[in-house]
Formats: sequence, structure tokens, C-alpha cells
Amino acid sequence: MLYFPKWKVIAILTVVVLGIVYALPSITPQKVLDSLPSWVPQRSVTLGLDLQGGLHLLMHVEVDAVVKERLDTIVEGARSELRKANILYRNLGTRGQAVSVNINRTEDVQRAREVLAKLETGTNIVVEGDRLTVAFTEQALRDIKGAVVSQSAEIVRLRIDETGTKDPTIQRQGDDRILLQLPGVNDPERVKKLLNTTAKMTFHLLCDQQAEGPSAPAGCFQAASGETQRDGRSAPTGYTLRRKVEVAGDRLVDAQPSYDQRSGEPVVSFRFDRQGASQFGATTVANVNKPFAIVLDNKVISAPVIREPIMGGSGQISGNFTTKEAQDLSLLLRAGALPAPVTFLEERTVGPDLGSDSIYAGTVACIIGYMLIVVLMLAAYGVFGIVANIALLLNLTFTLAIMAAFGATLTLPGIAGMVLGLAMAVDANVLIYERMREESDRGRSVFPAVDAAFQRAYGTILDSNVTTLIAGVLLYIFGSGPVRGFAVTLAIGIICSMFTSVTATKLMCFAWVSWLKPKVLPV
Amino acid sequence: MAFRGFRILRAVPSLDYFRFHKLCFAISIFLCVASVVSLATRGLNFGVDFAGGILIEARKTTPIDLADVRAKVNALNLGDISLQEFGRNTDILLRVQSQGDEKAEMAAVQKIRETLGTEFSYERVEVVGPRVGKELIRDAVIAIILALSGIMAYMAFRFSWRAGLSGVVAILHDCLTTVGLFSILGLQFDLNTVAAVVTIAGFSINDTVVIDDRIRENTRLYKSMDFRELINLSVNQTMARTLMTNGLVLLSTLALLIFGGPLLFGLAFALLWGVIAGTYSTIYVAAPMEWYLAARGRKHIKASEAEGEPSHS
Repeated sequence: MLYFPKWKVIAILTVVVLGIVYALPSITPQKVLDSLPSWVPQRSVTLGLDLQGGLHLLMHVEVDAVVKERLDTIVEGARSELRKANILYRNLGTRGQAVSVNINRTEDVQRAREVLAKLETGTNIVVEGDRLTVAFTEQALRDIKGAVVSQSAEIVRLRIDETGTKDPTIQRQGDDRILLQLPGVNDPERVKKLLNTTAKMTFHLLCDQQAEGPSAPAGCFQAASGETQRDGRSAPTGYTLRRKVEVAGDRLVDAQPSYDQRSGEPVVSFRFDRQGASQFGATTVANVNKPFAIVLDNKVISAPVIREPIMGGSGQISGNFTTKEAQDLSLLLRAGALPAPVTFLEERTVGPDLGSDSIYAGTVACIIGYMLIVVLMLAAYGVFGIVANIALLLNLTFTLAIMAAFGATLTLPGIAGMVLGLAMAVDANVLIYERMREESDRGRSVFPAVDAAFQRAYGTILDSNVTTLIAGVLLYIFGSGPVRGFAVTLAIGIICSMFTSVTATKLMCFAWVSWLKPKVLPV
Repeated sequence: MAFRGFRILRAVPSLDYFRFHKLCFAISIFLCVASVVSLATRGLNFGVDFAGGILIEARKTTPIDLADVRAKVNALNLGDISLQEFGRNTDILLRVQSQGDEKAEMAAVQKIRETLGTEFSYERVEVVGPRVGKELIRDAVIAIILALSGIMAYMAFRFSWRAGLSGVVAILHDCLTTVGLFSILGLQFDLNTVAAVVTIAGFSINDTVVIDDRIRENTRLYKSMDFRELINLSVNQTMARTLMTNGLVLLSTLALLIFGGPLLFGLAFALLWGVIAGTYSTIYVAAPMEWYLAARGRKHIKASEAEGEPSHS
């Protein structure tokens, strides 16, 4: 009856040792860890931003803006292609999530349909009388949005990496969201400014006639001036630019902050790839002595006049920048443009020493609570109380070890989950010991009483643990943020308690009883 | 070993828990109705997590002139603002109502940072847009409903549908009165409180399962015993464990409430109420309800037998 096979004892001890080894890094100071040989596990529990401080930003990628842009491209394409095919049309434009056009002659409708179908892949064309409607298919829309979000996440990563932040977490969430977590960062406004800029750079020629009002001639558009005003010289408030993009910013291979050799003011030097260089060269050859506008996010940074053809594929942007502005602009250009603008849905910043008070208070409270449990268990169950306290300590150790090994994050609600897990672990020990007393009161001698208590209590412990575990798992799957943090530690704590409060406790109790062979039950 | 530890109970008690069950039902129903009424009329004091808006905890090295800060922030015209000292006179807690949409919210927090200036260090800034707030409520509600259904299904499978139903009613009773208490007292309700409510549910169900387990065991041992007595016996037999475990949890929750500081107060308060309600509801809600459900079942069986039909379980 009271017998543990040797292999079982060895297995249990091995698990205990492994648990301790994996839990140790979490409570060892970093200095000591660094001096240890590399084969010792060194992963410690990751603390959530609420415990270690940092910035949490939830962003929404405006995927609809990209769809709108693609539709605009279709409109532009339709304008030129229909004209080429000699098809007369009216009312060409975007309506909601589609492009529609009316064809003047009914015999042209079929031909127009073929022309429009060639413009973009993944579109679906509906014909109603003389009206053609072009829209993206569901699948194509999903593909476009998916690509936009993952590309955005990649650009966000590049930009954040350039700032030199340690251990950033960048995750896609849902269909159109990106979650950014930056431990230790507490200047959210700078990060937000970096991410809020699309950094889409294009080079345009100016239209021959500069429009006065908001309306621009066909093929042109009005762009505001982003030029910083120099003392005594006023820059124009806006420019009328040709729609055609001469060179796009994605042809850039490098951008660095530097200083203009003559004036000494901060500028951004850039270099194009081969195709970009030849486009840039061709444009400058054909347009000597005309202004060439550099547009960033629909604002003209500067519109210098082309003095001579630039063939090398490199140039510089001067926009009366400060050194910091030149640095940030070159960072943005290097990392590339965001395919779509982002909006911030949620921001949480925790300062480095928040909470140092509240966390200190929380720790004190937990230690006092824990000591109360230890003392009362000892008072109530004597030697077996010590066993229970060892089991509790093991439970805490294993919970930390598993969290460290799997890279789970410990948050404030997570600590609440840990406390509930501990309460369930104490309960398991109490159930077993109270059962021992019952069995002993019914006249059983020590050995059978201990044995029966473990057998009987096991069912109860299993049932109550599984019930709570089910709740924990469902909360993890369907909950969000803090609720999940809670569920993880709770679930791990409960699973561990099956080992620490049942198996390990059993081994310790049995060892005690078979070693000392007491005449009366020690509880 | 001379030292054997103290016994919290000298012997198994022989109390009748049904003596006051009608009074207890009345109290429970009153508490639940009061909670629902308060929730319907007063609502919950939702924190930034759910209502959206801005929460800033800031610190200065010198004592803060609250009136000055209030005047500066009010001048920004951001709507409803609450400003209070937080813990000590160098710390403030500022809450600003939801600004309608995310962009306005981010603009508002930037303005506040500029207005307060560099004298302040920001210990905690939370800006939650209305979209996220709504989703957080939805997610929390879905997660809790599914967790409760899962618990009920497991208990129905392991014990009986009566046990499952009674257990879930007891949990609902505990959670509802906790949320109701937050509504009546106007305490702030945020995601940490949700974690507390879920902890209460977990604790309450653990307690109920332990007694149900004993009921199941005793049903096999004492086949002819009256169900009401059987429940009494089971509750009495597990009373020592109930007092010990729940007493330990109660003490550590008290420690959290007294020493845990302002950030954990809401959590600790909810847990304290939950431990008391959970212990009470297991004995005075779940157990009698199981008896009622079983008694109705038996009447049904007797009626069927009287008509000469085979009885079904």
C-alpha cells in the first residue's frame, strides 16, 4: 500500500530539480546570471508592461485608404484606356467601394467591359444597362488588406528598430490591427509621431499654370507646402503639381542626415536604385531650369529648380530642417513608407518607477498573506503542515519555471491568478489532511488512514481543479489582455498543484510515515 | 511526534443548514434584486478600460497645487474631468472623459502633456478609444459566459444536471452581488475588477465542487438516507476543510486589503466580498437549490409511479 516504486521516486525528484533550475533565473539578479556558464537555463519570467514599465500602443491600419487608392488608380487607367479605345463615356468616378462609369453608345458596352477588366486583377464587373461597375472581389479585398497590414507591421518594425529600442513586440491583431509593446519606453509622443507619418515620398513636376483656388486643372493636383519659413522669405502656401509621379520614394536605397556643403544647414542625402536613378536622370535632363517638387505625405517639402541634369542617382533634400528633423526624416525614408496611414486606438504607458510604491505594497501584502498561510498550516497540521508548505513553495517555483520556459508574461492580474492557484493548492493539502483525520477518527490506524485519505481526496481535488481549469482555458481563449494574463497563471498554477499538492505531498507523507512508523497520525 | 496541530473543529458538527434556508433565500434574492436595480439605475462607474477616455497618474518632486492644475486642464475644454490627489501630495490622478473618437483622444492627451509641462513625470498614462472599450466589454462578457457554461457542463457530466445548475446559480449569485456592490458603492469597475470577479467565480465553484463530491460519495454509502439529511451530513463532514481553507483565503485577502496600497484596493475588496459570498452561497444557495430540484424530481417520479408508469431518472 504505502509503496512508491524507485523509478517513480527518481522521476519525481528529477522534475523537482528541473523545476528549481528553470525557476532560479527569475529570482536571481542579472549580474549573477551573466557570470554563469551558458548551459545553465537563463530565461527569466517576462514581466508585463504594467510591472516593468513601457509603452503599449494598439494601432488601426486604415486599409480602406489603400482600397480607395487602388480604385483611384483604376479610374485613372480607365480614363486613358477608354480614350485609347475610342469609347465615349461619362460619369467616371468612384462610388463607395467601386468604380462606375456610363458608356454613351450601347454597342461599346461589351468592348468597354473588356478594357476595364484588363486594368486590375481580382476585379468583378457588373453591367446594368449602359452603366459598368468595377469592384474588387471579396477574396481580392482580403488579400489586399492582409498584404497591407503585414507590410505595415514590417515597416513599423523597421522604424522601431532604427530607434534602437530593446525587445520590441510587434504583433498583428485581428484583421486590421497592429499591437506594439515597447518595454522601457516612456516618450510615447515621439514614437507616435514616428508611426503617424506615412513617409510616402514622391517627386513631381509643377503644372504650367499654378491654380489659385482649391481646384486644379485636369491631371494636376493641389499640394500644401510643408516648407519651413525662413526668416524674411515667405514660401508659397501651396503648389499645383502634375499627378504623374516622376520618381517614387520606394526607389530609394539609402537616406542619411548630412550637412549642405555650402550653407552648412542640415539636409537629407539620398540615393536611388538603378531604375530610380535612370528615371530621375531622364526627368532632370528634360526639365532643366524648371522646379522639381519633393512631396512627402502630400506636402511639398521643397521645390528646387533643376540647375543641371543629375545622372548619378543621388541628391539631397533641403527643407530648413533642424538636425533632429533631418535625422527622423532620413530614418523614415530608410525604413520605407507605410502602405496605409495608422490611427491609435489605445495607448498605455507605465513609468519606470510606477508603482514602485504600489508594487512594493502589493509584494508586502502577498508576503504577509503567504506567511499567515505558512504559520497556520504549521499550527494546524504539524509535521504535515511543513510538508504542505514545501508543496506550496514548489507550486510557486514550478509556476515561475513553466512561465519562464514557455516565455509567458507575468502581469498584475496574473499575480491575482497566481494567488487563486495557490489558494487551490492549499485547499488540496487541507482536503487531504482533513480526510486523514476523518479516516483516523473512524478507527483506522496510521498507514491505512493516510493511504485512504489520498485515494478519497484525489477525486475531489481532480474535480475542483478540472472545473477551474475549464474556466481558465476558456478565459484564455476568449478573453483579452489582462483577463488572459490572469487565466495563464491560474491554469499553470492548477496544473502544478496536481503535482505538488498531490504527488509530491504524497511522496513526502509516505516517506515520513514509513520512516518513523508513528503510532498516532501526525496531523 | 508530540505536536499534532490544532483542530479547528473538535468533532464533525451536526448542524441543520436547512433551518434558515428560506430566510437565506429571501436575503439572497433581495441582494440580487438590489444589485440588478442598482445596475439598471445607477450603472457601473466604468474605468477608462471600458468607458474609453484618458487616465493619467503623474508625479512631481514638489507638492502639487491641485487648484492650479485643475484650472489649466479645464482651460483645454476636454469635457468632464476628475482630478484628485493619489496617495500623497506629490501625486495626482487625472481622468478625462471619452473624447468621442480615437484621434480626438490622442490629440487631447498630447495637449494635457504639453499643458502640464516637464515638471511632471508620468507614472501611468492610459488612453483607450471608444472602439476598444466596447470590444473589451464584449470580450470579457463572452469569456465569462463561456467559462460559466463550461463549468456547468462539466459538473452536469461529473455529478448531475442539478448540481451543475445549482453550482452555476451560486456563482451567478456571487458575481452579481459583487458587481452590484461595486455599483451601489460607486467603486471603479475596470479590467482588474473583471479578473477579481472571475477569481470569485473560480473560488465559489471550487467550494461547491468539494461539497458536491462529498454528496456523491455519501449517496453511494447511505442509499436510503433522506436527501436533505444527506446534504446536511456532507456539509458537516467538510465543514473543517471549509473553515480552514476559506479562513486562510480570507486572511490573505485581508492582508491584501490592508497592506496592498491603492492600486490593489479594488481587487482586494472584490475578493474579500467574494470569499464571504462564495462560502455562504455554497451552503445556503447551491445546496438547498439542489435539494429543491431533487425534491421536484421525486414528486414527479412518485406521480408517475402512482399512474403505474415506469419511473425514469
